[in-house]
Amino acid sequence: MPEAFHEEEILGKAYDSRLMRRLLHYLRPYRGVVALAFIAIFFYGILQAVPPYLLKLEVDRYLDPAGRRQMPHFLLRLLSPNPFTGILEIALLLLLPCVLLAFALEFGQSFAMQLVGQKVMYDLRNQIFAHLQRLQISYYDRNPVGRMVTRVTTDVDVLNDMFSSGVVAIFGDFFTLLSILVVMLKVNWKLALLTFSVLPFIVLTTMAFRKAVRESYRRIRIAIARINAYLQEHITGMATLQLFNREERSYEEFEEINRAHMKAYKDSILAYGLFYPTVEFLGILAVAIIIYRGGVMSLRGAVTLGTAMAFIQYSQRFFRPIQDLSDKYNILQAAMASSERIFKLLDTPVTITDPEKPRELPEVQGRVEFRHVNFAYQDHHLVTENVSLVIEPGETVAVVGHTGAGKTTLTNLLLRFYDVTDGRILLEGIDIRQLRLRDLRSNFGMVLQDPFLFSGTIASNIRMGTPWITDEQVRRAAQQVNILDFIESLPEGFDEPVKERGVTLSTGQKQLLSFARALAHDPRILILDEATSSVDPETEALIREALRSLLRDRTSLVIAHRLSTIQNANKIVVMHKGRVREVGTHRELIEKRGIYYKLYQLQYKDQELPAVRSET
Amino acid sequence: MFQRLSPLKPYLARYKGRYVAGFIALLITQIVGITIPLIIKAGIDGMRRHVSGSELLFFAGLILGAALIKAIFQFWMRWILIGISRDIEYDLRNDLFAHLMRLSQRYYNETRTGELMSKLTNDLSAVRNLVGPGIMYSATTLVTGVACLTLMFHLDWELTLIALIPMPLVSIAVKYFGQQIHERFEKIQAMYSDITERVRENLSGVRVVRAFCQEEAEMALFDRMNREYVEKNKRLIWITSFLWPALSMLFGLSFLLVLIFGGWHVLSGRITLGTFMALNVYLMYLIWPMIALGYVTNLVQRGLASQGRLWTIFAAQPDIDDREVPAHPVTELRGEIEFRNLTFSYNGVPVLRNINLHIPAGRSVAIVGATGSGKTTLVNLIPRLYDAPAGAVLIDGTPIRQIPLQVLRRNIGFVPQETFLFSDTIRENIKFGLSEASQSEVEQAAEVSNLLPEIVGFPKGFETLVGERGLTLSGGQKQRAAISRAVIRNPRILILDDALSSVDTGTEEKILSQLTRIMQGRTTLMISHRVSTVQNADEIIVLHEGEIVERGTHEELLAMGGFYTELYNRQLIEEELEKEA
Ligand SMILES: Nc1ncnc2c1ncn2[C@@H]1O[C@H](COP(=O)(O)OP(=O)(O)OP(=O)(O)O)[C@@H](O)[C@H]1O
Ligand SMILES: Nc1ncnc2c1ncn2[C@@H]1O[C@H](COP(=O)(O)OP(=O)(O)OP(=O)(O)O)[C@@H](O)[C@H]1O
Ligand SMILES: [Mg+2]
Ligand SMILES: [Mg+2]
Repeated sequence: MPEAFHEEEILGKAYDSRLMRRLLHYLRPYRGVVALAFIAIFFYGILQAVPPYLLKLEVDRYLDPAGRRQMPHFLLRLLSPNPFTGILEIALLLLLPCVLLAFALEFGQSFAMQLVGQKVMYDLRNQIFAHLQRLQISYYDRNPVGRMVTRVTTDVDVLNDMFSSGVVAIFGDFFTLLSILVVMLKVNWKLALLTFSVLPFIVLTTMAFRKAVRESYRRIRIAIARINAYLQEHITGMATLQLFNREERSYEEFEEINRAHMKAYKDSILAYGLFYPTVEFLGILAVAIIIYRGGVMSLRGAVTLGTAMAFIQYSQRFFRPIQDLSDKYNILQAAMASSERIFKLLDTPVTITDPEKPRELPEVQGRVEFRHVNFAYQDHHLVTENVSLVIEPGETVAVVGHTGAGKTTLTNLLLRFYDVTDGRILLEGIDIRQLRLRDLRSNFGMVLQDPFLFSGTIASNIRMGTPWITDEQVRRAAQQVNILDFIESLPEGFDEPVKERGVTLSTGQKQLLSFARALAHDPRILILDEATSSVDPETEALIREALRSLLRDRTSLVIAHRLSTIQNANKIVVMHKGRVREVGTHRELIEKRGIYYKLYQLQYKDQELPAVRSET
Repeated sequence: MFQRLSPLKPYLARYKGRYVAGFIALLITQIVGITIPLIIKAGIDGMRRHVSGSELLFFAGLILGAALIKAIFQFWMRWILIGISRDIEYDLRNDLFAHLMRLSQRYYNETRTGELMSKLTNDLSAVRNLVGPGIMYSATTLVTGVACLTLMFHLDWELTLIALIPMPLVSIAVKYFGQQIHERFEKIQAMYSDITERVRENLSGVRVVRAFCQEEAEMALFDRMNREYVEKNKRLIWITSFLWPALSMLFGLSFLLVLIFGGWHVLSGRITLGTFMALNVYLMYLIWPMIALGYVTNLVQRGLASQGRLWTIFAAQPDIDDREVPAHPVTELRGEIEFRNLTFSYNGVPVLRNINLHIPAGRSVAIVGATGSGKTTLVNLIPRLYDAPAGAVLIDGTPIRQIPLQVLRRNIGFVPQETFLFSDTIRENIKFGLSEASQSEVEQAAEVSNLLPEIVGFPKGFETLVGERGLTLSGGQKQRAAISRAVIRNPRILILDDALSSVDTGTEEKILSQLTRIMQGRTTLMISHRVSTVQNADEIIVLHEGEIVERGTHEELLAMGGFYTELYNRQLIEEELEKEA
């Protein structure tokens, strides 16, 4: 379990140029809009420096005329000599346009960027989902579903935060800082430098803060991932949990993860709690410096009152963006971590895919051949060894063997859920790796050992998304597996809702539905992996009857433990510990007195009693 | 609002003391903060009067002192008030999980996992925002707002009134758009959880999707949902990107008014330059509370909506619990089971009808019957996965509702028809039935299900991870792990629901002989479709459409010539057919 979380531990630098470049790639299609947004935010930043300056202008020009001589000449000439009208001019002719323009710029920028953010997220989500649709099954074996879901949803949302409020706003803050800096230096560089003397402290605080927060964020992310995984698994397995009286234990386990989550957050609260007040304090320190040094300088006439007042306002505007930057920093860091995880998923090579130059599949007769197939799920632990097997068109081939012998594995290989380690599998004489996946798989109809139903309706579970299957075909398939009566007894028939994983159906009913699904798709080759293991013998016999005509011109591969199920097979393959040990007809195998014979004897040895005729 | 918070009261009350401390810190922070502009005012006026450097230093020192006090208390305020919200979140999450563990299968049939997950994550975090930042910012806003306004009125009431002219617009905008944001946000959330659910199903059913070439169809469906999601988001973006700039604009207008009328007032000598400055600073101070007002309204609205949803979980009463257990309940069970005139339905239509069955302690009963005839339903009633009508199921003569659930389930070893394993090691999965089990007990249990040889053969042995739901085991291996998990508990009652369906005949034979040994002295219920599995049971019952149609021993049933005989003959004929083949 613990190793499942290593991916959440990816910390992410706040800025990683490699990732960033790749992310920016997604902005490409929208670069025009992004460029406009940048221009907007640039001017917006500049406008932020204006209002305090206008305050200074007003004070120095009209309210404390001692400052007049330090005014640029053109401004003095521009403004009316009458203080009352002059003030009005400053406000209406200079400030008002600024305010309105700032509104327009900010609105435009924010709207555009958020829109772009949404579009990028849309693209990204589709891309990830599409990639997941192509990734090989072995990836699914190693990665919990919950984690993959997170990649498509939460991780993408984190990136959205970055696109819509992170990156651009950082530039906004940056431009704001820059223009304030320039104006302050321009107005009075000495006082400006004095004011900036607190900056190194701010940088230090921010760095310390970043370090503290980084670590607690890592712990938070791991804790959240664990909480989600734990909940997900224990909610789905609630019945098992309750049956085995695990409530207390589970509560303790959950409490522990939950506590780690809370503790990690407390640490980050501590960091924030220290950081915000410190920055604010430093901001006020700057004000104090302005009052003291500025005041002393003003005694010498080196600083006007307007300058001091403007500086006080600037210092307030100055520190807010810095405080914001720390928030932005977190957004960025989270985004980097998320994008790293997303890219890692997207970079996972699809090993099972359409070949470069696919061969065209001729009309499928149904000939399948396994040639010296070796296969290991992981680390060279061979699960099938040197399996050779031919299925001729129209044949019904049965595979029997102990549990864990590798029967299901064979079907997995045939559909290329996994690729063979050695050897080849041929369909109509063509190596299946040379075929398009779709061409290959669409010839098979498979009933999986573990039936899986989707939430939807009965009909949607039989038809899936295959458009050409008519209602009539759905109905016929249901009839062939003998579940039509049951379906029709339901209040809404084929439109009866099916819940998550089909929880309100009996196990046999689920199996029959997934059987019907395979039949409805009218495949050339049918694979039945324990397709009727939970079905009563009577129904099973009826299905067998129905299949008899259905299978006449089809190939089928049947896996079954109950030998009765496979009595009509043309050929029986006995697997043992990953190897094909015996092949032949029922009679041949009995005569051989090998594994099959033993299985057979076991199954029927208890039934030596004579048949008792029912009513007849 | 406080009314609607009432479900949270017990949680809030737990931290009463800390809330009080937090609010005191908050009060001090804000009040001290408010005095700073007054000192600035004094400083500016001092400059105007050309006071000495040392006097200026005094003002600067005063400002710093105030700032320091403010910083310290601000820290306390955040630490306490935000900290509480994490504590409450922690409490709530624990309680929710504990509550979920008390809810029965009926609830889980009706509730999507994804929905529960989103409640336990998104909604919980929204509620946390409500009780932490929500409360803190509301209080800050209130205190700062009132204090600022009071001082501003004191300094120059006329100017203050003028500066406040755009404010009604602010509150209207915040109120109106806040509501809109809330509504649209809710729609987005709902859509989001639909998408999540869809992705989850697609990924869980990956083998089906691939086998039936449904990738394209799935992608098309996902694309549709994705697109709709973006559309819904666009509707929200419109407002959010309008609201905040609009608010800054309104504040800009306030400044503009202060610039004009403040300037005029200074000119006419009504106020000093210092006051003019202080008013400017106060206006700055007001910006945050005003914006926060919008932000807080949002938080609160979201929080309340989420709280409502979260409490639907608490509102679901556990329908299966110990409420009918008497003061001195049984603590041990012998294992005698009786169904007394049992009729049961999931929702209206009876699935079981008039079941009367008595199983003396230590005996074995086998159940056969067609698919959907109610076998699983019947055995599920014994550990109370679903509740039978009162008095219809008794153990040792006691109605099971009067037996503590703990005791009841502790004495039952249940192998469900569909195996659920946890994504942990094989060992942990077997030990799931008995957490204090020793290695030798685990091995013995694995032996019973004949799983031991295979486990030993795995590269990692008992430490092999089984994947989600046991995905990396073969069908039979999973099922046998479940058998081990049940027998390790050494239960009085053993229930095997078609527990050998995925196991080959050879292995089945071995397991059965092991089980026969283990079943000695235990009550056993066994469901199967195979005559070979059930024929040795003390009694066999045949279920048909929810009714017991036949009962007796193997021989008795064969003599009766009914369903069972048919079943038997069918298997016999098959055998003969095979012999002929
Ligand atoms: N996805 C997987 N990853 C790793 N190992 C696997 C995986 N699937 C199966 N195995 C292992 O491969 C072996 C063969 O499994 P397989 O499912 O093919 O058996 P089977 O013959 O179908 O058995 P059963 O009759 O029980 O279904 C087993 O030991 C199993 O544990
Ligand atoms: N949770 C549920 N809600 C509603 N109906 C249900 C639920 N579980 C089962 N049913 C219905 O009740 C009937 C009996 O189901 P049950 O699972 O008991 O059958 P079963 O005899 O065990 O069948 P199988 O041999 O297929 O396992 C079926 O028609 C089924 O659709
Ligand atoms: Mg299998
Ligand atoms: Mg059942």
